[in-house]
Amino acid sequence: MTEEEDSSAKMSEDVKRYLKLDPRSSSAATSEPPCSSSSSSSASALANKSRNFKSFEPPCPDHVLENVLENVLQFLTSRCDRNAVSLVCRSWWRVEAQTRFEVFIGNCYSLSPVRLTHRFTRVRSLVLKGKPRFADFNLMPRNWGAQFAPWVAATAKAYPWLEKVHLKRMFVTDDDLALLAESFPGFKDLTLVCCEGFGTSGIAVVANKCRQLKVLDLLESEVTDDEVDWLSCFPAGETHLESLSFDCVESPISFNALEELVVRSPFLKKLRTNRFVSLEELHRLMVRAPQLTSLGTGSFSPDNVLQGEQEPDYAAAFRACKSISCLSGFRDLTPEYLPAISPVCANLTSLNFSYANISPDMLKPIIRNCHNIRVFWALDSICDEGLQAVAATCKELRELRVFPFDPREDSEGPISGVGLQAISEGCRKLESILYFCQRMTNGAVTAMSENCPQLTVFRLCIMGRHRPDHVTGKPMDDGFGAIVKNCKKLTRLAVSGLLTDEAFSYIGEYGKLIRTLSVAFAGNSDRALRYVLEGCPKLQKLEIRDSPFGDVGLRSGMHRYCNMRFVWLSSCVLSRGGCREVAHALPNVVVEVFGSDDDDDDDTVTGDYVETLYLYRSLDGPRKDAPKFVTIL
Amino acid sequence: MEKVGDYDELVNLKATELRLGLPGTEETVSCGKSNKRALPDDDTEKEIESTGKTETASPPKAQIVGWPPVRSYRRNSIQTKKNESEGQGNYVKVSMDGAPYLRKIDLTVYKKYPELMKSLENMFKFSVGEYFEREGYKGSDFVPTYEDKDGDWMLVGDVPWEMFVSSCKRLRIMKGSEVKGLGCGV
Repeated sequence: MTEEEDSSAKMSEDVKRYLKLDPRSSSAATSEPPCSSSSSSSASALANKSRNFKSFEPPCPDHVLENVLENVLQFLTSRCDRNAVSLVCRSWWRVEAQTRFEVFIGNCYSLSPVRLTHRFTRVRSLVLKGKPRFADFNLMPRNWGAQFAPWVAATAKAYPWLEKVHLKRMFVTDDDLALLAESFPGFKDLTLVCCEGFGTSGIAVVANKCRQLKVLDLLESEVTDDEVDWLSCFPAGETHLESLSFDCVESPISFNALEELVVRSPFLKKLRTNRFVSLEELHRLMVRAPQLTSLGTGSFSPDNVLQGEQEPDYAAAFRACKSISCLSGFRDLTPEYLPAISPVCANLTSLNFSYANISPDMLKPIIRNCHNIRVFWALDSICDEGLQAVAATCKELRELRVFPFDPREDSEGPISGVGLQAISEGCRKLESILYFCQRMTNGAVTAMSENCPQLTVFRLCIMGRHRPDHVTGKPMDDGFGAIVKNCKKLTRLAVSGLLTDEAFSYIGEYGKLIRTLSVAFAGNSDRALRYVLEGCPKLQKLEIRDSPFGDVGLRSGMHRYCNMRFVWLSSCVLSRGGCREVAHALPNVVVEVFGSDDDDDDDTVTGDYVETLYLYRSLDGPRKDAPKFVTIL
Repeated sequence: MEKVGDYDELVNLKATELRLGLPGTEETVSCGKSNKRALPDDDTEKEIESTGKTETASPPKAQIVGWPPVRSYRRNSIQTKKNESEGQGNYVKVSMDGAPYLRKIDLTVYKKYPELMKSLENMFKFSVGEYFEREGYKGSDFVPTYEDKDGDWMLVGDVPWEMFVSSCKRLRIMKGSEVKGLGCGV
């Protein structure tokens, strides 16, 4: 705090001195800034070149200005604020660009790497997102793109001081990882979420060459087994590791190497192991690292069942780890051992049971002690009864995700509106929910909208397509309508079940803050799409599949596609002509169409029906790396 | 005449057949057998391709790709557990030297070695040579090997089929020079 005060004291001296020179400003900008509604009078004052002043010789006002600005702008971390600041005038644009150390790129195709390196010269941290979310569900052919290669090549030259790379849904090769490891000597943080294209050999290079590495997090990524003992590739001696997550790596590891690594990593706080780590091995790790705050427990199943005293005291190990606040893993849970986690339950803020087939009776004794839980993920095997238990105890719950044990349309659904309603009544501070079920009622959804006003994320997936309220037989319009009307902070919405155009009229009208909307098998006509595109003023990401929306609906959004991150429409009723119209009208928007096969299928190229439309704004025009099956209109 | 009679009999038999599954569905679930590969439905085939493994049952309604929206990673993790808990299927990983991706197959689908070999050949687009008891595989650069319960790497075909199925933990199709040590019989 004092540091900030010091600099601001220094800064205000500069500012005072500057303002004294010419307290009244004339025009603000000298060169053309993009339109800005945020120019205040102090901004104008600062930007003004003093003219009337005579006696004192100040340093060049531009230098003072830029010094001042640099000092001020270093406190701005929010990218929205920085984007606004950069629009004030050219001078501000320049200074902001020089002081932006963390760059976020929500769509890797919205600009070229060259543009990034030209504008921002001192980047230390890069967040890049590639494929749109529906790619996770096999709706996008392999080899569509989102390669990390051009980005690592460009940043390797431009930012040798780069410390952090965080990628989501990108295609990353082992070569890319090798180049990263070799190019950035101070590299500290690699986080790969939902990525693919690399294997354990790439990870080995990173482990070996990034000597300052603090974070190596592989989350929900596909990592091929190159049969490399990557854990042994960490250099000898003490490491800087603070977080190591490899729960998604589907290959055995050398446990000895892991144990030795943990022993020489005194700063390690987060360790998420994969399912090839047995309960006995977990025990040894916990004994070596009682300072852990976050633990991914691996299989949670013993290799050998020893009797009585020979068996390690698992509960004691948990008791010794006094700082654990986050537990996950349980990939192959042997139920008898679950109570071992009881000693840490009272301190838990995050618990992920979503890979464990846990019944209500297994859950209840555990959750009863979890008063501080804020994030809870589970399978629907916990049933409505389990959710009631959560509602009874977890008053601090902010985020709930319930995944289906049997992810098919026709499976038995053990959870329903009963569980949803219970949660809404017990967990009033709920902010985010993802709920998979087979049946739901408008009543339960409405109850949640009324009981949980803090909701920012509401994602309900009724797995049977077009399913109505199972009690009244009516569409789910009223329930989702209540959500958008009552949850005034809602920024993300995913809808399902039987929905008419009316539901979308509610969404368009009341979804004032919605940035992301996911639609599947819903709506009756283009009107639904129009309601959304003509409403929802903050909409950035729109993903729709299998809904009866066509060219008319698509056209209704022409006025806003430049201001959105992307729009995805698959298995709707779009024609090439309709898509082409958008492409011609909006030169700053890239319009891609492709089919679901990645074969070189002539039918999809010449036919009029569009299987998938993916459009996004771009500063640098259509990409050059599009595969054959993608047509850019 | 006979034919019609037979048909009638068949129809009646179907009605009395015991099945697993929810009433009203036409699921044919048989322990250890997979029907999916035989399905002509394009969508389901796509699902196989994209998830890289077979499921043991499928309803007659076309499986919609990517629905419900559960990531394949999660689907596969839970699927393995389900199969193991229901005693269905014995999935093992198959890797081939030089191939970028691992695949998974259900050994219980096959009844003997030639079936397995054919499936592997199709999957990875290669051909294995001819098996000789003493000399191993001849006539190809590729040799199928497997890791057994004891962690030893063995040549596929050396032990009786049942023993193989119960002890095989994973398969690896080795290439070229690495193979020499295994090929010369035990």
